[in-house]
Amino acid sequence: MKILTGNDLGSGAVTWWDGKGWSLFVDDAVDAGDEADEILAREVATRRVNVPYAIDASIDAGGHVRPAHIKDRVRALGPTVRRDLAVPTADKTGWDWVI
Amino acid sequence: MYQYDQYDQAMVDARVEEFRDQARRRMEGKLTEDQFKPLRLMNGLYLQLHAYMLRVAIPYGTLNGGQMEALADIADKYDRGYGHFTTRQNIQYNWIKLDDAADALADLAKVEMHAIQTSGNCIRNISSDHFAGAAADEVVDPRPYAELLRQWSSFHPEFTYLPRKFKIAVIASKKDRAAMRLHDIGIRILKNDAGEIGAQFYAGGGMGRTPMIAPLIRDFVPLDQLITYAEACLRVYNRYGRRDNKYKARIKILIHELGAAEYTRQVEEEFAHMLSVGVEPPREELARIAAYFVPPPFVSSEVETPDLSTTLEANGGQNSPFGLWVRRNTHRHKHDGYVSAVISLKPVGGIPGDATSDQMRLVAKLARDYSFDELRVMHTQNLVLPHVRIADLHTLWSELDAAGLGAPNMDTIEDIIACPGLDYCSLANARSIPLSQRISERFAANGRTGELGELKLKISGCINACGHHHAGHIGILGVDKKGTENFQLSLGGSEAEDVSLAKITGPGFDEDGVIAAVETVTDVYLGARRDGERFLDTYRRIGMEPFKEALYGG
Repeated sequence: MKILTGNDLGSGAVTWWDGKGWSLFVDDAVDAGDEADEILAREVATRRVNVPYAIDASIDAGGHVRPAHIKDRVRALGPTVRRDLAVPTADKTGWDWVI
Repeated sequence: MYQYDQYDQAMVDARVEEFRDQARRRMEGKLTEDQFKPLRLMNGLYLQLHAYMLRVAIPYGTLNGGQMEALADIADKYDRGYGHFTTRQNIQYNWIKLDDAADALADLAKVEMHAIQTSGNCIRNISSDHFAGAAADEVVDPRPYAELLRQWSSFHPEFTYLPRKFKIAVIASKKDRAAMRLHDIGIRILKNDAGEIGAQFYAGGGMGRTPMIAPLIRDFVPLDQLITYAEACLRVYNRYGRRDNKYKARIKILIHELGAAEYTRQVEEEFAHMLSVGVEPPREELARIAAYFVPPPFVSSEVETPDLSTTLEANGGQNSPFGLWVRRNTHRHKHDGYVSAVISLKPVGGIPGDATSDQMRLVAKLARDYSFDELRVMHTQNLVLPHVRIADLHTLWSELDAAGLGAPNMDTIEDIIACPGLDYCSLANARSIPLSQRISERFAANGRTGELGELKLKISGCINACGHHHAGHIGILGVDKKGTENFQLSLGGSEAEDVSLAKITGPGFDEDGVIAAVETVTDVYLGARRDGERFLDTYRRIGMEPFKEALYGG
């Protein structure tokens, strides 16, 4: 699946396209499919998000969204060395798939 | 230390308000990211993996207690309670909001600090010896010259859009504690045979994807021609540097392609022309700056004061925890009865260079109590109290140790340089920090840190080499191998006066593998070393082969 990600304009926080807007939680990301380029162009024009781009991802057995590349997996949860600063997630196995 | 005059303050204040307006227009959607990006970068505001990052300049790594407290306040007010001291003697905050950035810059301006020229293709923060003004072996304090260069290079209209970023280091001793020859321009202040003070110029060094050691360009530049010569070096680069290819745009590539002799010839030609134009600031300006760097009021050496051995004897002896810290973390001072004390930001298992706001405030207090309100940031991501009276050493150490800042590990395998890596940096391919944590834990646990002696291990998370891996006795470079982290090991680098570039051992390793590999190469060293040899000395004597054999087999 193709999901869309960028950074919030004001906070710089990592955000994920959830079908209507930009969520802080990777699990909210939806498959943009063939509409990825169109959504990106529209969102860049509205200037709600910084440098958004499309990435490959999959859904695991538990229904959680897993970005394909290590960089985006680190972006999804936060610095692996400061888990106290991580993005809150209901996914108990979250850190298991980052690296 | 230097204090802003009305012009300095006015320029910095004006820049804050200019940026406030730019940030507001970006938030209102009146500027695109493409339009805004070069503006925010000129003010040290990057967009990293998780948030905006603000890089604050600490000129030649010198600051006072009030400035350190302001840095702590910014960490609490606008960030998440900590900052990261960098390999260019700066500090970075990882979680700044765009809305807050101008306020943070305004707070910095109140204590004569800024983030100008900490990014972009301009002359970056001038770096220097972290023991400047205190070291027993320096010819003079290099900081007045670094400050003169800072003033010359700040907002210099001709050098605002160079082909690429440009880094200058200034030292004033034979010992190189600033990686001087791995800079675009390296300057060593020295005394010639006639007893005159002047500047030796090196140009075209650097790390990154094409590491090079700067060749000597000029053996002696009279100090009243320092700026003119620097300007000539920059002019030739600005004119002929490769603007067509980002990866070939640094001055090291130009000098490599032209040859040092031809580059020097062109610089000399430009220099002769510029001498006739007269761009050198008046000597009075250097004297005005130098007046800010007069030594603090040291207690006279005629006043009876305990020497180091007496102090050690009175506090547990050489082999006590205090004794170990003194042996590893203090440096000889130019004034009797004093030393420079290194505050390690590398606790075992910690994040190299990170300091909490509370730790920053404590360090500020200790600077006031024990070091004439002076501090330095080291390119090795530690801090220095430059002027500590030996009589105060044990009290100081007790306070540091109680706060977790007393790690006795300067220049040991636990004193690892690590860039932020893939945990924070958008350029990185692999994580540096977890490796440094695990290696320091491994060697603290196996008890071999002391036995290994001086061993500089440096880790970068990408080819840009912010972690100085090319200059590590042991260097590690993180790369992306089909979407997973992989680590190349290299040996034999040095950033010091015996400068050299490390060589790759062979195929890379995964995280566990590279940690085991580090242990293996230290085994080879311990088995082969002769009396008094450091790891680097043994490597240079026996070469790469024994290490390769141990790592990869026949």
